[in-house]
Amino acid sequence: MITIEQVRRRAEGDAKTYGYYLTPQPELLQGFLEGLKTNEDRYGYPLCPCRLASGVYDYDRDIICPCDYRDPDVAQYGSCYCRLYVNKEVYESKNLPEVPERRPIEKQQRAYGSQATTATQAMSQEGKQTASTTPSATPQIIKPQSTVKKKLWYCKQCGYVVYREDPPFVCPICKAKKEMFAEIESTVEFKG
Amino acid sequence: MNISKISGKNSKHKVFVYALSTCVWCKLTKQFLNDNSIQYEFVDVDLADEKDKEKIHETIQNKGGMLSYPTIIVDDNVVINGFRKDKLTEVLEI
Repeated sequence: MITIEQVRRRAEGDAKTYGYYLTPQPELLQGFLEGLKTNEDRYGYPLCPCRLASGVYDYDRDIICPCDYRDPDVAQYGSCYCRLYVNKEVYESKNLPEVPERRPIEKQQRAYGSQATTATQAMSQEGKQTASTTPSATPQIIKPQSTVKKKLWYCKQCGYVVYREDPPFVCPICKAKKEMFAEIESTVEFKG
Repeated sequence: MNISKISGKNSKHKVFVYALSTCVWCKLTKQFLNDNSIQYEFVDVDLADEKDKEKIHETIQNKGGMLSYPTIIVDDNVVINGFRKDKLTEVLEI
């Protein structure tokens, strides 16, 4: 299990790397770190404490802290959606801005079961068929699997490669914008 | 659904809070309602089961709310998204 201190150090390190600050209010900061720890213990990844998880990694990929939306939110509002990461101006003024949700609604809706449930039901059906041929089989815990189609994306500016549904808003290496990412199309040939 | 009821002296309005157990702003909202002796009900959506999450999704969207937390519904028709002291004070006549 991860400790609050480890979560804090990771957030501080990340803020430093990107030139951000952690929220200037100590009680809020403690609350964010506790929320991140709870989510990491619960799901295995530090999901944003202010958003609802689906529990399926591929669906939640964009809201694992620091989320995909942090950089554009800090650039536009001076703070991320949670207000864990802020820029220098907000840190010094201690006035936390209102930050609207930037995450697309279709991604938010994945946490409410329709897609995750479909995946679970499909797997349950498979489970039942197996169970009928082997009556002594004990019920198994079936984890929902995503139906997300992942692709390989590369940053045309620095060559960073990532395998996920969409390219990131900002390249984590060179800060190039999303538009600088292109899909790598691969084909497999069988010979002989 | 695991709905918690918090009693308070001020029960003038029907207040329902959709919250996340990990969310600081949700905690502050509950704290604000407690401090002002407002009677309210809440559900921690992240701890609800899948069926209840579907219902919550439907309810919030039918009321015209966003899927962000906290979402506070007052008297079944006023929706407040986020911890907005100013809006809560106005709507709850504190």
